[in-house]
Amino acid sequence: MKSKRILDALLAPMVAIIFSVVLASVILMLFGANPIETFSKMINYAATPRSISLILNSATTYYFSAVAVAIGFKMNLFNIGVNGQYRLATAVGALVAGALTFPGYISIPIVIFVSMLVGSLWAGIAAWLKVYRGVSEVISTIMLNFIAIGLIAYLLAPSMLGVQTAENVVGTPVIPESGRFPGFSIPGSQVPVYGMLFLAALLGFAYWFILNRTRFGFDLRSVGQSPSAAVASGVNVKRMTMYSMLLSGAVAGLVGLPLLLGAQYSFTVNFPGSYGFTGIAIALLGRNHPVGIAFGALLWAFLDVSSQILDLVGVPREIIVIMQGVIVLSVVIAYEITRRVKVRRQQDAVGKATAVAQ
Amino acid sequence: MTGMISIARGNYSRRVKLFVILVSALALLSFVRIWSDVFDLTSRGTISAAIGLAVPIGLAGLGGLWSERSGVVNIGLDGMMILGTFGAGWLGWQHGPWMGLLGACLFGAAGALVFGLATITFGVDQIIAGTAMNILGVGFAQFFANLAFSKVPGGGETQSPSIPALPAFSVEQISDPLVAIHDKNIFIVSDLAGILSGFFYRLSILTILAATLFILTSYVLWRTSFGLRLRSVGENPKAADSLGVNVYRYKYIAVTMSGVLAGLGGAFLAIAASGVYREGQVAGRGFIGLATMIFGNWRPGGTAIGAGIFGYIDALQLRDSDGTSLRAMVLLGALILIGLAILAIKKNKYQTVFGLGLAGAVLVSWFLMTTALPKEVALVAPYLATLLVLAFASQRLRPPAADGVPYRKGEDR
Amino acid sequence: MIAVELSGIWKRFPGVIANSNINLIVEQASVHAIVGENGAGKSTLMKILYGMQKPDEGTIKVNGTTTVFSSPSDSIAAGIGMVHQHFMLADNLTVLENVILGSEPKRGLSIDFTKASNRIKEISDSYSLGLNPDDLVSELGVGDRQRVEILKVLYRGARILILDEPTAVLVPHEVDELFEALRGLKSEGITVMFISHKLDEVLAIADEITVIRKGTTVTTLNTKTQKVTAEELATLMVGSELPTPETRGSTVTNRVVLAVKNLRVESGQVKPHVDDVSFDIHAGEILGIAGVEGNGQSELVEALMGTKLSTGTIFLNGVDATNWSTRQKREAGVAYIPEDRSRQGLLLEAPLWENRMLGHQSQSPNSNGFLLTPKAAKADTQRIISEYDVRTPGLDVLASALSGGNQQKFIVGREMSGEPKLLIASHPTRGVDVGAQAAIWDHLRDARARGLAVLLISADLDELIGMSDSIKVLLRGRFVADADPKSVTPQELGNAMTGAKAVV
Repeated sequence: MKSKRILDALLAPMVAIIFSVVLASVILMLFGANPIETFSKMINYAATPRSISLILNSATTYYFSAVAVAIGFKMNLFNIGVNGQYRLATAVGALVAGALTFPGYISIPIVIFVSMLVGSLWAGIAAWLKVYRGVSEVISTIMLNFIAIGLIAYLLAPSMLGVQTAENVVGTPVIPESGRFPGFSIPGSQVPVYGMLFLAALLGFAYWFILNRTRFGFDLRSVGQSPSAAVASGVNVKRMTMYSMLLSGAVAGLVGLPLLLGAQYSFTVNFPGSYGFTGIAIALLGRNHPVGIAFGALLWAFLDVSSQILDLVGVPREIIVIMQGVIVLSVVIAYEITRRVKVRRQQDAVGKATAVAQ
Repeated sequence: MTGMISIARGNYSRRVKLFVILVSALALLSFVRIWSDVFDLTSRGTISAAIGLAVPIGLAGLGGLWSERSGVVNIGLDGMMILGTFGAGWLGWQHGPWMGLLGACLFGAAGALVFGLATITFGVDQIIAGTAMNILGVGFAQFFANLAFSKVPGGGETQSPSIPALPAFSVEQISDPLVAIHDKNIFIVSDLAGILSGFFYRLSILTILAATLFILTSYVLWRTSFGLRLRSVGENPKAADSLGVNVYRYKYIAVTMSGVLAGLGGAFLAIAASGVYREGQVAGRGFIGLATMIFGNWRPGGTAIGAGIFGYIDALQLRDSDGTSLRAMVLLGALILIGLAILAIKKNKYQTVFGLGLAGAVLVSWFLMTTALPKEVALVAPYLATLLVLAFASQRLRPPAADGVPYRKGEDR
Repeated sequence: MIAVELSGIWKRFPGVIANSNINLIVEQASVHAIVGENGAGKSTLMKILYGMQKPDEGTIKVNGTTTVFSSPSDSIAAGIGMVHQHFMLADNLTVLENVILGSEPKRGLSIDFTKASNRIKEISDSYSLGLNPDDLVSELGVGDRQRVEILKVLYRGARILILDEPTAVLVPHEVDELFEALRGLKSEGITVMFISHKLDEVLAIADEITVIRKGTTVTTLNTKTQKVTAEELATLMVGSELPTPETRGSTVTNRVVLAVKNLRVESGQVKPHVDDVSFDIHAGEILGIAGVEGNGQSELVEALMGTKLSTGTIFLNGVDATNWSTRQKREAGVAYIPEDRSRQGLLLEAPLWENRMLGHQSQSPNSNGFLLTPKAAKADTQRIISEYDVRTPGLDVLASALSGGNQQKFIVGREMSGEPKLLIASHPTRGVDVGAQAAIWDHLRDARARGLAVLLISADLDELIGMSDSIKVLLRGRFVADADPKSVTPQELGNAMTGAKAVV
C-alpha cells in the first residue's frame, strides 16, 4: 500500500522528466549531437566531488526558495515575490553582518533573524494589500519585486550604506571572518559545501511537521483546499492569509544567505536575482512536499551544474533551461491528469465497496 | 432609436470628461514645469523617447488584455516577449526587419499555443502555466540564440548581428515649428506644442503599427460579434456556452493573439529600440505590460495611457542627469494628490481627504526640501503607482468576471 | 391548440427513478404551473423538455409534432426557451450584449447595434419588460435580471417559455411585476410553463396546474373551471401516506442551551435577511424551522455559527456568546451540519480521516490543541464509518469519492461525536437514502434523549413534524407562526410557509 502510494506520487514527475529528456534528445539530434553520449557525459561530470559540492550548494539555495513558495501554494497563494523578498532580505542582512563584530554564534543568528524579518515584512505588504484591499498577491508581489530592486540600489549607493567592492561594483561592506557561516568539504573537492545545508534540512522537517502535525498546519491546508469549508470549520481565513504570507516571506529571507554567508561575503548589485522563479518551479515539481522539493532542488541543481560540460561537447548549455521549462510545464499537466484519474479510480473503488456491502 | 441616442449621449459626456481631464493634466504639467523650472518635462526629446519606451510595454499590455478578456490570466507574457525578441533577431538579421517582425509574431504565437494547451485544454492553473512559460521562453531563446548567433560575424552567444532598421518618420515641417513654440515658454501652449512635436519626430513605423493595433483591438473586441463572444467567454463562459459559443476556440484565439502582440512588443525592442537581439533585453517588460493593463482597467485606452505614463517616467529618468526632472515629478504627484483630495471633499469622504491631503503635503515639503532626487525613485515610481492604484481603486477596477478560472465544459465549478 | 404534450416519460438515474410515467398537456397561450415538493422530479422533467437530458421512455410533442431533443439548441430551434433558476448572465456586459450574444445582427463586419437595440426595445415594450438595452447587468436588480433572461429567450423567437422556480429569488413586489409580464406574454400568444412550490403564487398566476409527486404526475387542475385552494394543492403535493419519523415522549428540560434575542442579518437591501428573530432551545429539545428556501434560514444559521455578521445577542448555556468566533463556539460544543456539504462540510480533496478533523481540529481526538493526533483521529474515523454505516473502502479515500449520501452520513457522524451541547443541522437527511435517513433520525433521537439541543432546518416537512418538539415558521426573515408538531399537518405547515394561511 505504502510503496504503491510512493509509486503513484512518482508517476507524474517521472513522466515529465522522461518527456523532457526525449524532447531534449530530439533537439540534440537535430543539431547533430548524440544524446546518449551527451547525457552520459553530463552524469559523469556531475559525479565528481567538485560537482557534488556545487550541486549541494545550489540545491540548498533552491530548497529555501521552493519551501517559501510552497508555504504559499499550500494556501493557494502565489508568492511570485520571493525574488524581491530574498534580495532585500539578503541586502539588509549583509549590511548588518558587515557591521557586526561579535563572534559567529551571536552575529549569525542575528543576521538570519534580520533577514527573515525583512523578507517577512516585504511579503507582509502583499499580504496586507490582499487581506485589506483585495489586491491579488500575484500582481502586488511582481510589483514589489521591482520596487525591491530600486530600494536595494538606493540603499547600496555609496552615498548611502554601500561601498565600491573589489570588482568595482556597488555592494555592501565585506562581512568579517567571524560572521561567516562555516562550511565543510567533501574529500577531493576544493569547493566547500554550505553549512546552511543543515539549516535547510531542519527547515524541511519543520515545514513538514508544522503542516502535517500541528493544528495550525491543518488550518492552513484547509484554507488552501476550500476556503468555504475552512470558514465553516472555524478558521479565520484573513488571519491565516496574513500568517502564511509572513511565513513564506520569512523563509524567503533565507534564500540568499547560503551564498552570502558561505561564499560571497558581500551583497553586490550583481547578486543572483531569480532564485524565486526557480523556487516556484521546484515547488511545483516536488508537489509542495518537503521530500519532493528536496529531490526537485537536487535535480535542478544537477541540471545546472552538469550543463557546464555541454559547452565542451559543442552544445549550447541553455538546452538545460529548455529542459527545466519542459519539466515544469509537463509536470503540472501530468499532475492535473493523474489527479483526475485518481479521483475517478477512487470513485470506482467506492462504487465497488458499496455494491458489495449491499 | 433612443438606445442609440443614449449611447451617443454616454459617449458625449465621457468625451467631455476626458477632455477636461486631459486639459487639467496639461495645465498641471505646465504649471509644474514652470515652477520647478525643468524645461525638459515637455520637450520633444522627452516625448519622443517616452513613446519609444511605451510601445513595447503597451504591446505587451494589449496582449495581456486579449488573453484576460477571454478569461485567461497570462503572466507568461514576458516569456512570449522574449521569444519575440529572438524571432525578430533570428529572421530579422537574415531576411530583413519585416521578416523579423513576422518571426517575432510567429515565435510569440508558438509560445502562446503551448501556454494555451496547458491552460485551456488541460485546465492547469494559469499562474503556474505562465511561470513555466516564462522559464521556457528564456531557455528557448538563450539556447537557440547561442546556436544561431555565436558563430556568425557580428554575433555572439547572447547577441545577434545587427538587424537592418525599419523606416522611421519625422515631419520636420510640423515638428520643428512646434519646437519653436515650445521654446517660447508659454503656459500650456508651449507644453502642448512640445508634446505634439514629439509625435512627429522619428516615429518608427512600428509605433504607428502599435497605435493601429490599439484602435483595431477596440473595434474588434467592442464592436464586432467576434469580440462580443470573446469577451463573453471571459465574463461567463457557462452562459456563452449555453448560447452556442465555442468557449475553447475563443480562448485559443485570444491567447494566440496575446502571444502575437507580446512577440511584436519583443520585435520593437530588438528591431526598433536597439537593432539587435540581446539576452535580457526584455527586462521584465512583460510584467510591466500586465501592470499597465490592470492600471488601464482591462481596456485598450487605459492600457495605452498606462504604458504612456510608464514610458514617460522612464524617459525622464533616462534623460535626467541631475535628478531635477524627478524632483519635478514629486511636485506633480503632490498636486495630483491634492487635486484628488479636493474632489473627495465634494463627496464628503473626509477620511480620504485627510489621507490624500497629508500625502500631498508630505510630497510638497519633500519637493521644497530637495534639489534633486535619487535615480532609484524613478526606477520604482511606475510600480509604486500601480500598487497604489490597485490598493485604492481596486473596487473601481473591473476585471473580466471569469478571469483566471479554468473552464471545463459540463462541470459545475 | 396544444403547445406541449408529454406522454409516458420515464427517467431513471442510478438508484433513483426521477420521473415515472409523466403525462402532461400544455395549452398554447396559457400559464401552466407544475408544482411538487423539492425532489419530486420537476427539474428533471424540465431538463428533458429543454433537451438537457434525454428521457428513457416516452414521447414529446411540440405543437403537435413528435420531436427528439438531443441538446438545448434543438429545443431552441423548436421555439422552446428556458429561464434558469440560476441566471446565465455576464454581469459586466450590457443588457443588449447579453441578449444578442450568439445571434448578433450584423452590418458589414460590425454588430448592428441600432438594429439590436431597436429589436430589444420593441420586445421589451410589447411585453412591458421595462428594460433598457444599454444598462449594465451588474447594475440591475434580481427582478430585472430575470426579465433579461426572459428577453434573451424571446429574442431568439421562443414561443414556449420554461421558468424554473422563477419566484425563488424574488421579493413580493418583484413577483407581482413578473406576473404582470407573464400575463403580457400570454396575451401575445406565448405559452409559459411555470415550475414552483409556492402555492399561493401558483394559484395567482396559473391557468392550469399539474401536480407532481414522487416523480409522477398526480393530476392536472384547471383554475378557471375548478375551485382550487392552497390546502387542497398541498394535500395533493404531499400525498396521504406519510411515513412519519416520530420522537416518542418529550425529553425537553427547562435548561436553556441556546438563547437568541433580536437577531438581525442585514442584506444590504431594504429587507434584512433575518429580521429581529428571538428564540430559546432547551436541552433535549429539537426546534424545527420551517420555511421555503431563501427565506433567511441560511443566514440565520451562519449568524449563529459566527460566519456572518449579525446584531442581537446569542447566549450559549447562559454565557454571552454573541461575539465568539466560530472556533470558540465549536469548542464550546456547538456541532454544525452545513447545508452545502461539499462546499462547507468537507475538504473534498483530503482523505476521510482528515475530514474527521475538520471543524474539530482543536479538540480531542484530533489534536491536543497544538499538535494533531492522527492515530486517534483515524481510530475515531473508523468508529464513525461503522456506527454511521459510511460505505467506503477505507480511511484514506478522498471525500470526493464518496456518494452524496455517504458524505452526509459521515458529516452527521462527525458532528455527533464528542457529546455536543447544541447541534445546528441544515437539511441533515437531504440526498440520503431511506435507510440512512432512518439511521440519522435514530442518532438524533438518542442524542436528544441525552440532552442535546437541536436547531433543525429542513425542507422535508415530515421530518420537521416528526422530529421536532416545537416548530417555528420563517417567512421573509421573520418568524410568522409557531406550530405544534403534535397536531399540525404538513398541509397546514406548507400553507404557513408560503404565507397562504397562518397556523395556530
